[in-house]
Amino acid sequence: MSEHDDHRTPVSLNGLAANDPHFQPAARNPLLVERVIALTFVVGTLLLVGFVYCFWVNAEPWTLGATMGGGLFLLGVGLVAWGKYLMPKGPFVEERHVLANSEADRNAFAAAIVERGGSVVKRRRLLAGLLGGGLGVFTIAAMFPLLRSLGPLPKGTLFHTDWRSGTYAVDITGRRVHVGDLAVGSIVTVYPEGKQETDRGQAVDQTVLLRISNEAFTTQKGRETWGPHGYIAYSKVCTHLGCPVGLYEQQLQLLVCPCHQSMFDVTNGAIPNFGPAPRPLPQLPLYVDASGYIRSQKDYDQPVGPGFWERS
Amino acid sequence: MSSDVVNTKRAKSQALGPYGKVGNALNELDDRLGVAKGGRTFMDKIFPDHWSFMLGEIALYSFVILLVTGVFLTLYYIPSTALVTYHGSYLPLDGQRVTEAFASSVNLSFAVRAGLLMRQMHHWSCDIFIGAIVVHMARIFFTGAFRKPREMNWTIGTTLLILGIVNGFLGYSLPDDLVSGTGIRIAYSIVLSIPVVGSYLGFLVFGGNFPGTAVIPRFFILHCLVIPAVILGLVGAHLFLLVRQKHTQFPGKGRTENNVVGTPMFPVFMAKTTGFLFVVAGVTALLGAFAQINPIWQFGPYEASRISYAVQPDWYMGFLDGALRIWPSWSFHSFGHTIPLEVLVPSVILPGILFNIAFAWPALERRFTKDFASHNLLDRPSNRPKRTAAGVAVLALVSMLFIASSTDVMANFFRLPLNEVLWAMRILVIISPFVAYPITWKICKELQAVKGGGKRKTTNVVTRSADGEYVATPAPVYVDDLHSELEASQVPKFIVEEPDEQNESGVRTTDR
Repeated sequence: MSEHDDHRTPVSLNGLAANDPHFQPAARNPLLVERVIALTFVVGTLLLVGFVYCFWVNAEPWTLGATMGGGLFLLGVGLVAWGKYLMPKGPFVEERHVLANSEADRNAFAAAIVERGGSVVKRRRLLAGLLGGGLGVFTIAAMFPLLRSLGPLPKGTLFHTDWRSGTYAVDITGRRVHVGDLAVGSIVTVYPEGKQETDRGQAVDQTVLLRISNEAFTTQKGRETWGPHGYIAYSKVCTHLGCPVGLYEQQLQLLVCPCHQSMFDVTNGAIPNFGPAPRPLPQLPLYVDASGYIRSQKDYDQPVGPGFWERS
Repeated sequence: MSSDVVNTKRAKSQALGPYGKVGNALNELDDRLGVAKGGRTFMDKIFPDHWSFMLGEIALYSFVILLVTGVFLTLYYIPSTALVTYHGSYLPLDGQRVTEAFASSVNLSFAVRAGLLMRQMHHWSCDIFIGAIVVHMARIFFTGAFRKPREMNWTIGTTLLILGIVNGFLGYSLPDDLVSGTGIRIAYSIVLSIPVVGSYLGFLVFGGNFPGTAVIPRFFILHCLVIPAVILGLVGAHLFLLVRQKHTQFPGKGRTENNVVGTPMFPVFMAKTTGFLFVVAGVTALLGAFAQINPIWQFGPYEASRISYAVQPDWYMGFLDGALRIWPSWSFHSFGHTIPLEVLVPSVILPGILFNIAFAWPALERRFTKDFASHNLLDRPSNRPKRTAAGVAVLALVSMLFIASSTDVMANFFRLPLNEVLWAMRILVIISPFVAYPITWKICKELQAVKGGGKRKTTNVVTRSADGEYVATPAPVYVDDLHSELEASQVPKFIVEEPDEQNESGVRTTDR
């Protein structure tokens, strides 16, 4: 028992004899452990050789990961086992030294900063103030070009899209949408003509054009002329976080945003009836011209997409 | 000294000191740098041993893997939104107009040897990195390792978690695929929601209205240089403070506030920790080989008017996405201005509160317990019921928010109406902390009441004497059992001790 206790009492490494029992390995059968570790090293090295071979012959990607991962894993397990079972088991002890210094040392340190530094600054208040002011002005002066060069100011760009009076609605290929193109219950994403391949056309102007039967539709006040022949158009930018409102649930007549599941009732002004979106999708006023093409009467009457401070 | 003395081999070896060539080389080094004394102290540095102390190592080694695989990726990735026509080895995309960023990401996955493996390892090790930080942080929290003198390291660690999350987001935005592009769109809208300065901030970060052309190159330099450099510096500071203040340890035989018991830096800890680096790298490589992650060629390139179903971010953004889903559509409009509370509260204010509580916790706890002492021995979580319960309550809240980020997937999988799933998650998020707190508190109290909790039972050896008498004697304790020999640390005097409800047999009595 007592010999056992000696093993388990933590000792300091300092001046410990080389034959001290604390330097004995923790394993009860070191030879067996050594053989197992040797096996992991051999197999691990073989796997890494296999990795080089697989890389050389450009084998399937998974073989690269399998050989490299397996090899590293086995080498690692072997090394951990070596440290855990075959190296000095200890336990060893080390004293902690109090981090705090003596009162005198602390005072000397504080004195250097407060007295020496303080006296320098106090006697030359004017110089210190001028230097501080100069650095402050430099910081502000340096920030202006840096910040301003990062991008343009919003100005009015968040309030308008590229839809104008008489703009043709085209699909992604640039083809104008004709009044006979959509069957009732169909949907197509449209863009202002000429903008369908631009970033702004894609991100800001994107509009959902649907054709729905007139009897199911509740016309909003002031929008009586906006939906000719059952064609109605809503901004495709979700009013919650700006994802494209890309799912059309035909039976329930809902536009669904796949990001956070806001649902907009297309038969009733795209008013959200589920989810976190706070506002209806803005509606684009349409008309059908003499040749039967769908065109916009004017721009949206409000900013599209998510809310921001300047929006009324 | 004449030159013929050192000319023979024997004389040369005699000129060597008692530790041979290595010893001589070390002497030369010491002549120039004076490292012998400090070096020996460093070799002798004792590391306490507990499985939970390796959680931080997982984070550290995942970061090493991130750096190595990340350098590989930068050799092939092109941070540009210029449009090119894809003609690569992935035929379904052939002839499509895509950005260079997307084309180069697909190319490095298919055309570069080991490219796909490196990309998947990079993504996996990021997920592991942030996961390990969170679990490591929970260990620090529940054992009270953040207490004086280690508050600074808690602050650094919390900052590292935030930087990890931000850099993870920037990183998975770089391929410019359909899912990540949607993530950037959401991030832009979140910036836009900040009152007064939101639209200006958004325009400055994105170089104009969304999507702009500056995002990919800007995210690239932030992701690959600026934030990794800050992380590297903070990791260095984290480890320096760890060495300077020495590691904490659990109470046990021979362990006090004023010592460290364990195994020395060299060679035991070095072998184990290097081996562990290989193990983490090996597991990451196996994940990269067998577990597909972020197959951008299936998502396709980002186009602002396209989207796919079940759009979800990486796991560490899940709690924010969940909060955005379940928060009601309350928006503030008045005086000609809009405050988009439906975005601002769940995605700016909520994480702001959570991380500020994390930063402030050591100070808050000092104030409430009036415990201003330095601590090197760790707490058993059950001995600090209120702290443990508070931590579990926050974890419950964040976990529920995380689960809420897949309301649509759950509704689909369980064939439930989305509305019911949403309302269930709203209710669960609100009540989970209030349920978790008292349950955890009670479990802690019960655990405290168990005498000798945490000790492993020892075997009795029964021997028969020559007279036929049986004698039972306790078997010697195994060396390993030391590690679980945790005694409750002294509760500081300033915490009002609850009246002891135990009777002598160690059984708690109740009023029932």
